[in-house]
Amino acid sequence: MNQFWRSRRIPLAWLLLARQPMRLGVALAGIAFAGILMFMQLGFRDGLFEASVTVHKLFDADLVLMSPRTMSSIGMAGFPRRRLVQAMADPEVSGTTPVHWNLLLWRNPQTRNTRSILTLGFDPTDPLFTDPTLTEKAKALTQKGRVLFDDRSRPEFGPIAEWFKQGTVVETEVAGKRVRVAELVSLGPSFGADGNMLTSRETFLQLMPGTPPGSIELGLIRLKPGADPAQVAARLKTMLPSDVSIYTKKGFEEFEKNYWRSSTAIGFIFTLGAGMGFVVGCVIVYQILYSDVSDHLPEYATLMAMGYRLAGLLGVVAREALILAMLGYLPAYLAGQGLYALVRSGTRLPVEMDPQRALLVFGMILVMCMGSAAFAMRRLADADPAEIF
Amino acid sequence: MVAAVSSPSARASSATVAVEGLSHWYGHAAMRRQVLQGVDLTITPGEVVLLTGPSGCGKTTLLTLVGALRSVQQGSVRVFGQELHGAGRDVRQRLRRSIGMIFQGHNLLRCLTAEQNVQMGSDLLEGLSYRARRDQARQWLRAVGLGDELGKLPHDLSGGQKQRVAIARALAARPRLLLADEPTAALDSRTGREVVDLLQSLAREQGCGVLMVTHDPRILDVADRLVRMEDGRLMQDG
Repeated sequence: MNQFWRSRRIPLAWLLLARQPMRLGVALAGIAFAGILMFMQLGFRDGLFEASVTVHKLFDADLVLMSPRTMSSIGMAGFPRRRLVQAMADPEVSGTTPVHWNLLLWRNPQTRNTRSILTLGFDPTDPLFTDPTLTEKAKALTQKGRVLFDDRSRPEFGPIAEWFKQGTVVETEVAGKRVRVAELVSLGPSFGADGNMLTSRETFLQLMPGTPPGSIELGLIRLKPGADPAQVAARLKTMLPSDVSIYTKKGFEEFEKNYWRSSTAIGFIFTLGAGMGFVVGCVIVYQILYSDVSDHLPEYATLMAMGYRLAGLLGVVAREALILAMLGYLPAYLAGQGLYALVRSGTRLPVEMDPQRALLVFGMILVMCMGSAAFAMRRLADADPAEIF
Repeated sequence: MVAAVSSPSARASSATVAVEGLSHWYGHAAMRRQVLQGVDLTITPGEVVLLTGPSGCGKTTLLTLVGALRSVQQGSVRVFGQELHGAGRDVRQRLRRSIGMIFQGHNLLRCLTAEQNVQMGSDLLEGLSYRARRDQARQWLRAVGLGDELGKLPHDLSGGQKQRVAIARALAARPRLLLADEPTAALDSRTGREVVDLLQSLAREQGCGVLMVTHDPRILDVADRLVRMEDGRLMQDG
């Protein structure tokens, strides 16, 4: 404590900034803008990748079978359903669920426009999702032509949930066939699909009469408690022919995310966007600090003439940068929170302020400010105390 | 050494400033121009020396050399016994903490209040608490008659008040030598007189030597000694 009072000085860095509220305001606006840009770009990027597996995450499975020809959820290829039956031979497998998976055209009953909807067909008695409420709702699917509609689908599919809750019988056309909404479920749109619906295997085959017999797109495998998914996966791999690929559930999600990461420009575009925010911020902070140092050059020279060390004055500039970083980050963080909420309600993308990204953006703002300060400091070398007499 | 009080070398070692055979040049090669030619000057503690002369004769150069702001090219400059010829940047920086400087312009920090500006001076003192340094700053401002203007920014002070804040700042670091470059240039005659009187009395109290460059004939009487400079040479009158 004593040491603190001894080392305490006039808060020169803060006063330099605070006594020019206009310039401080511009600087903070610039930093906050750069921060918001980085938050948005990185948020969109991670949100899109996360959104690509909204449905994937819901499946009640430890291991997943897919066709090796499948590249992503928007182009699921078929494989023989027998493979699932073969997998049952493994002693640690407790159950399986064959799933049909395709994008079908849904007609909006209000506007009569059609739109692609992700349709999953399964045996209503089989477990599909970890959510236990589905078991009850799935019973309604035993009747042909019934579907469970995802009430979190984008509004372009029509006011289905609204109508259904009002008690109206909601009927529409999917792939040219009449279907009736039997229940609502809550899944959420993903990057590849704006909406989802679940139906029984029979109804699915009715909607997709071209499906080859005995062919499915996804096989869910559940393991007995305590089994190691990686070990079972390795065993199944040697046992099953090469017309199926086997993934752990995590691997299944990663496979999908990886598709969007590698075969689209999304990752690059948004990372580039964040980089632009960084560069814009650097330019703004550098401009502000450089002109600040230039304007106060005679005063810095005076301080040097008085016996203040150059290192001490460099410290003043560094502290100015630190203050700017902290004050600029705060509004960026708050605005980021607000905009994320806006994006969530507007696009239903799962964009969250996760602590890792919050830290990353703060780190980038810090680097931005301190880097700019380092460049602006070179101007201080021009402060020649001999010139002020 | 103790016996030989009158010998020049003993006098130089106890003097605040001892300049011997100081020459200085500006520019390089063909553009090289000599501004100081073999200057000798001694200032004893508490002595007020006024330096006059036409502009461009090298007064300010001498001031910056004695103030350890420039490196010495030829000759010897000793301040508090420390030889400045060949002294590095750090040595000079440390030495400057004991030299108060008052400039033609007031050179106050625009973003600091009068009190904070003076405290920038007392902040150079080591081992004092923040409160003690602030109290000293206030005392100095009262001493220069600005006890009521503590919280004002330089912007809101008159020219004379600013120069008085600058004097308080220079003295707050408890210098043993005070250098002033035309401190009255920007002031009217009455305020200029007040400022110089103040400077003289405060310097006397502190026992610190003063070297003041001035063109102002009205203030010459404060000097213990008047030194005239012409074309880089000193002509001592007394």
